[in-house]
Order: sequence, then C-alpha cells, then structure tokens
Amino acid sequence: MDNAELRLDGNAAAGMLREVFVYDLSGATGQCASCGEIGQVGGQHLYMQPLSPGAVLRCRRCESVLMVFVHNRGRYRFGLQGLKWLEIQETAEAGEEVSEQRSQ
Amino acid sequence: MAGATLQRRLTWHLGKVVKATRETPRAKTLVLEVPDWPGHTAGQHVDVRLTAPDGYQARRSYSIASAPEDAPQVALAVERIEDGEVSPYLVDELTPGDQLELRGPIGGYFIWSAGVGGPLLLVAGGSGICPLMAMLRHRARQASTIPTRLVYSARSLDDVIFHDELESLASRGDGFEVFYTLTRSQPAGWTGFRRRIDREMLAEVAFAPSLQPLCMVCGPTPLVEAVAESLVDQGHMPDRVKTERFGPSGG
Repeated sequence: MDNAELRLDGNAAAGMLREVFVYDLSGATGQCASCGEIGQVGGQHLYMQPLSPGAVLRCRRCESVLMVFVHNRGRYRFGLQGLKWLEIQETAEAGEEVSEQRSQ
Repeated sequence: MAGATLQRRLTWHLGKVVKATRETPRAKTLVLEVPDWPGHTAGQHVDVRLTAPDGYQARRSYSIASAPEDAPQVALAVERIEDGEVSPYLVDELTPGDQLELRGPIGGYFIWSAGVGGPLLLVAGGSGICPLMAMLRHRARQASTIPTRLVYSARSLDDVIFHDELESLASRGDGFEVFYTLTRSQPAGWTGFRRRIDREMLAEVAFAPSLQPLCMVCGPTPLVEAVAESLVDQGHMPDRVKTERFGPSGG
C-alpha cells in the first residue's frame, strides 16, 4: 500500500486522542509550524497503518508533520513539534459534555 | 463552583441489540440500546470492540446512522467485508438480545446539526452514507427546510443502503433532493447516473459555489479525494468541504 491509500482524516484519530484528552481534539483548531496554515485537526491528513500502535498527522496543505502519537506498552507518547499552537473548544459539541451542579 | 461543566471520560459501554434489519445483501442496520448513552451529534462515530475467548481484541469505528433524537437508541449500519475481522460477526452473527461493547460518541469535525445551517451538499460512496443518513434523519426530525442535496454512488440499486427511506425523505418536498449513480449495474429503465462521480456530475447536481454550501463527503478514500478535489477546483471553499475517508480498515 502506498501512502495515499493509507491517508485518512484527522477525525479518525478522535477516539485515540480522547483516551488521553478530556476534550475532543478533532474539532480543535491549530496552526502548522511550517506553512502557517490554520485548520481543524479533523480536517488534516492522518496516516495510520492498520493494527499499528501509532499515527502521524500531517498538514493538508504542505504535508509537514503536525503531530505524532504512539500508544504502546502502557504509555502514550505525543510529538507535537509541528504545531505552533492548538486551540481546544471547551464544549466541543452537544452530547460530549455533562453538566453537573456541584454543592460548592 | 456552581454550574461547572465536567467532561465525561470516554469509556466503554455495553449496548444491547434490540433490532437487526437487513438493508442490502451485504449490509445490516443494528439498533442498539445503550443505557448510559450521553447523546450524539449527527456525523459522529463509535468504536466497537470485540473480545475473543482468549482475550484477543479487535476494534473498528462505525458511524452512527441514527438521529440524535432517537437516543438512547443508536443505529449502526454495517457492511460486511469479506475476510473482515469484525464486520462478518456483526452482520451474520449478532441478533437481538446480544450485547456489544462500544464507546463514543467520538469526533467533533465531521458533524452537522440543523443549527449550523446550509445549504448542505452530501456526497456518499457505498456505506459512506451512514453518517450522512444521521444528518438527514436529524434534519427531518427537526422539520428543517435547509436546502439539502445528496449524491450517492453505489455499485447497483441493491447496494443502495436506506433506499426506501431516502425516497420517502425526498418525497416530503421539504428541500431535500437525492441523486444516485450506479456504477456497475443498473436496473431496466434506469434514468439516473451510471458512472463514477466526476466533475460534470458535480457541476450538474451540486449547489453553485456562490451559495457557499457546506459539503460533507464520506466513503472510500479514492472517491472522497476525487470529489473533494473537484469541489475545490469548481470554486467551493476548502474550509467548507469536509471529508471522512474510510481507508483500508480491514473490516
């Protein structure tokens, strides 16, 4: 299989990322450190071999690496070198949040 | 802190199959009742996990095909992939009363709700219809009249998932239109398209770029990339073209 066949959308990594982050990251917005493109994580290119322990997220404009993540042997490792910043929405969407009234 | 919002951890739920309906020779809808279901937005998916007696686990993602309004019931439409690890079990073995492990809802990118507005252009290849069906069902349940068009590519009429329901939705006269293209075989008297989705087809059936429609494209990777590229070439804004590629999932 060549890389194009393996290409997915960042959206496909949403479940894996939610194992670690409390908020949904696929709807988060970030800036590519290489070309300056601003876009949502879910809309970038994701490369993930079936059954592999990790994935690589690349900028959909310049294909530079934005993020690398691996889950193996009980550890999660994130390489975030390609992102200048990442902005995460507190309430990503209806249904993913639970409102609770606390007593104090 | 009063009114603090706590984010729920993504955990595995046990859903019970309450209904299994055959949609096509290869696909079935599984309706699951999920007791702690937190609700979803149309377009989101779930991860399904199967565990073998020896502890081996296989996981797959499936888009939710039902409207959020149907919670706590969640419907998945699963297409059987030959030699797949998960889909043959889901399509051939699972029957009402069985339980299934799933987690979700997942994803905050490939989503749509009536409040987002339109016009809405949906493009599906094969079982890529599933998340788009959740959007159409939600739209109908909200009595929305947002102009919406679906372009649906399948191999044959038998392979069109949700055909009867799509016809019925299109007959409501509420601003929804559906266009099919059957790429391998067509029934006698077929007047619809009979080729892969291409530029000319999109130019004919899609909303004009000047209307700035939101375009949601879902299906096999080659179809999704060809459609998204054509739409952008025709002047649709890249940020308004959202894609969900299936990729080589292994079924």
